Amino acid sequence: MTTVGVPGTAESFTSHPWVRFAVRRLARLVGSILILVSAAFLMIHLIPGDPVRSALGPAATNSMIDARRESLGLDAPLWQQYLHFLQHLFTGDLGMSITTGLPVSEVIGDRLPATVQLAVAAFLVAVLIALPAGLAMGVLTRAGRRPRTELSFTSTTVILAAIPEFLLAVGLVYVFAVKLNWLPVAGRGNLASYVLPVVSLAIGPAAVLARICRVELLAVLQTDYLRTARAKRLPAAAIYLRHALPNAVTATITLGGLLLGGMVAGTVLVENVFGWPGLGSTIVSSILAKDYPLVQGVVLVYGVGVLLVNLVVDVTLALLDPRSTIRES
Amino acid sequence: MRARWISVLRTPVGAGAGVLLLGVLLLAVLAPLLWSDQASAIDTEHLLEGSSAKHWLGTDNLGRDIFYRVLVASRTSILLALLATLIAVVAGLALGCASVLLGRRAGRLTTAVVNIAVAFPGLLLALFFAVVFGVGAKGAVLAIGFAGAPSFARLTQTLVAGVAERDFVAAARIAGVGRFRILLRHILPNIAEPLVVNATIGAGGTLLAFAGLSFLGLGVQPPAYDWGRLMGESLNGIYVHPAAALAPGVAVVIAGLAFNLFGEAVAKGFGVPAMVGPRLRDRPAETMPAETDDDEAVLVVKDLYVSFPGPITPVRGISFTIGKGEIVGVVGESGSGKSLTALAVAQLIEPPGQVRAAELSFLGAPLLGRLAVRSTAAARRRLLGTSFAMVFQDPMTSFNPTKRIGPQLAEGAREHQGLNRRQAMARAIDRLRAVRVPAAERRARQYPHEFSGGMRQRAMIGMGLMGTPALIVADEPTTALDVTVQRQVLRLLETIRTEDDVAVLLISHDITVVAQVCGRVLVMYAGRIVEDLPASELATGARHPYTRALLAAVPDLETPLDEPLAVIAGRPVDPALLPSGCAFAARCEFAEDRCRAEDPSLVSHGPDHQVACWNPQGTAAWQARYLGTESIRTGQR
Repeated sequence: MTTVGVPGTAESFTSHPWVRFAVRRLARLVGSILILVSAAFLMIHLIPGDPVRSALGPAATNSMIDARRESLGLDAPLWQQYLHFLQHLFTGDLGMSITTGLPVSEVIGDRLPATVQLAVAAFLVAVLIALPAGLAMGVLTRAGRRPRTELSFTSTTVILAAIPEFLLAVGLVYVFAVKLNWLPVAGRGNLASYVLPVVSLAIGPAAVLARICRVELLAVLQTDYLRTARAKRLPAAAIYLRHALPNAVTATITLGGLLLGGMVAGTVLVENVFGWPGLGSTIVSSILAKDYPLVQGVVLVYGVGVLLVNLVVDVTLALLDPRSTIRES
Repeated sequence: MRARWISVLRTPVGAGAGVLLLGVLLLAVLAPLLWSDQASAIDTEHLLEGSSAKHWLGTDNLGRDIFYRVLVASRTSILLALLATLIAVVAGLALGCASVLLGRRAGRLTTAVVNIAVAFPGLLLALFFAVVFGVGAKGAVLAIGFAGAPSFARLTQTLVAGVAERDFVAAARIAGVGRFRILLRHILPNIAEPLVVNATIGAGGTLLAFAGLSFLGLGVQPPAYDWGRLMGESLNGIYVHPAAALAPGVAVVIAGLAFNLFGEAVAKGFGVPAMVGPRLRDRPAETMPAETDDDEAVLVVKDLYVSFPGPITPVRGISFTIGKGEIVGVVGESGSGKSLTALAVAQLIEPPGQVRAAELSFLGAPLLGRLAVRSTAAARRRLLGTSFAMVFQDPMTSFNPTKRIGPQLAEGAREHQGLNRRQAMARAIDRLRAVRVPAAERRARQYPHEFSGGMRQRAMIGMGLMGTPALIVADEPTTALDVTVQRQVLRLLETIRTEDDVAVLLISHDITVVAQVCGRVLVMYAGRIVEDLPASELATGARHPYTRALLAAVPDLETPLDEPLAVIAGRPVDPALLPSGCAFAARCEFAEDRCRAEDPSLVSHGPDHQVACWNPQGTAAWQARYLGTESIRTGQR
């Protein structure tokens, strides 16, 4: 990894690990987006039968269908349609919704904030619960201490993580909305209406994250460099916070990032339980209504969302642990 | 194979999950046969009712019994989930094996595509495929199957890569066996087991995913029903009739857990069994008032024991003293307890390990025992932090990889010497210079991975010099380094000793290293010191058969290359199975009956020389046997 080039020259610039990391990561992002866009485009053409006919229903006349095909550009050759699709995509034009006749981008712009709020809030709640809980558990149960605490922690988190968010959501609705009547059963309004959707989305990932965090901390506590830190006779707090925490958190973030991607997808189910006016309920209703341009647009937005989350995770990781930028090269 | 299955089923989790899974599968087979009629019987007199004697969990909007519907739905739910899992495994296997079948370039392409696909959550992929394959049970099976394929492809790739590296595959390839045949005959049988285990775990996830899709209305379509469909249909009525929504949910979770837990139990059982020893009760360490007869002593160790739950005691009552500026070596094979001695002396044995000693004091201050007063504990920490330095075996892993070198050095000084950030950093740079790290200022801002092994070990020694050390405990400081660097590091330790009058405790398995730099040598075997002698006497004056065997095992330039190298016959003693007599007796060519019955203690054999042996060897006889190890005395290699 030693740089031979003279500082300031182009050669030393391109061989700098950070530059190479950025280039490599951007290349992967562009490749992923390309695949995503192509898949979203092909989706409509892979559907067996005529999507326009099925969208307009059996009552539509042939001339109606032809007119709609033409307006959607479905009669041109495939490659032309693809270029057309890309062109429109660059200008932010995602086509028209078949069922409502509104521009898809407008529908998405309308629905996106609710979903983003839900996902971000759930992620923050999950991390704020999981990291302290996992780390505290790691410290308490290090070197086989408190085996009973460990057992109950592990079994609780395993069970919580195994319950999918929509089942949890239904259970929470039953307890807190139906039985106790503390919180609204559905809808998006005041702060109270956020509690159940956010909690049902956050609990599963929080359980997984807490478990990972504990295991990572235990692994870090076994390392040579932690022994070095102890040999420096630092106070316990400094050993845990300064030396163990950053290293335990690194791996936790990698997996936490994957969970965050999963959370973006989890919004689909949770939104449908709570009638949340976001992209998740939109995608399901548009699939059922066979409103393909809208489905296409929402799939693109979800996909890009996941890719951006992964990008943020990778960059955070590189900043926390500089080795990871080099390890891959 | 059968034994392993039985051992899995004997664990509480394995047995519980196995029974649960069997029950779920039986239910899936039997429920539709037994209760189809009850599940579809329409009872118009009891629409949407709560639980009653006739209908346990109440009825739905057509008056159908919910309890029976949940039971009967098990077949559809589980069958579709298993089908989807099968598709996922087969498609994943095909993608994952592509690199073997298609050659390098095409394999790389599939790997790249799989890597990108894996980054997308399964549910998104499932929704995508659900659009392509259409709404309905068939579409949902295909959608969930293909959505699960990337992660199985990733798993297959990892497994295949592991097997493809192995010798028998390489041999088959060289023998001209075709790619497809290699895959079928050599690779697949070796990855089948982990794949099946993961498929079982995956089936649980698939079941939940399918329930999700049906819940959204994209899976099973009426009049057919599965658990997800039942939940989705009754969600709107949750106020009036919660059981209808909750019961299928509970069923999904139980069935999902059955697959999941069983798979996990099998995975765990087929891996390496975890050993868990009984834990010893925490006992306050025994302390005795320090009665140092020697003011010059830096470190006094009397009757030191280190034990672990088991119980095993790898260090069994050793005593030694290190004077000011003295450099003492400890040698022995792996497992002789020398590193544990170093860690025990440094107070770095972590629970459940325990350290006991009649006396363990550093610069006159006792190190063992809990200190009741906070301030004295802090004082002890400060004393150790400034005057007691450790150098560890592996410089590659002993620095925190996420922190720059300079701050790692400075940290201790800020803590114990009250320096501010800048002063501590200046001191760190100065110390890096002192250990001859070139361009110290730049180096201090680098991360450990930017240092070579030798440079890291220098930095580690520099870390020890941040304070004003009276003792450096170096635990195999040169083992991980190559010979030239080894030399430089040893020379550095020697220089520090002479310049700053620092005592050194040097742990090494390499007797030549110890002979080169030490004044006194402690030879350890099975947790005891068996010989304590001046280094200058090593070559000619060693009296314990073990010390001599160690010396005889050192090759030099004149060692004949066509003969096997000298070794010590037998294996080191297992600390859990110590014999009653001398621990070395089984491997000793001079062992007599007494050696096997009574453990010899360390007794004086001349000035500065102690031996624990019933049968110490005479100097002349030994020289006659092993003469020719001239190199040891001069310390040259």
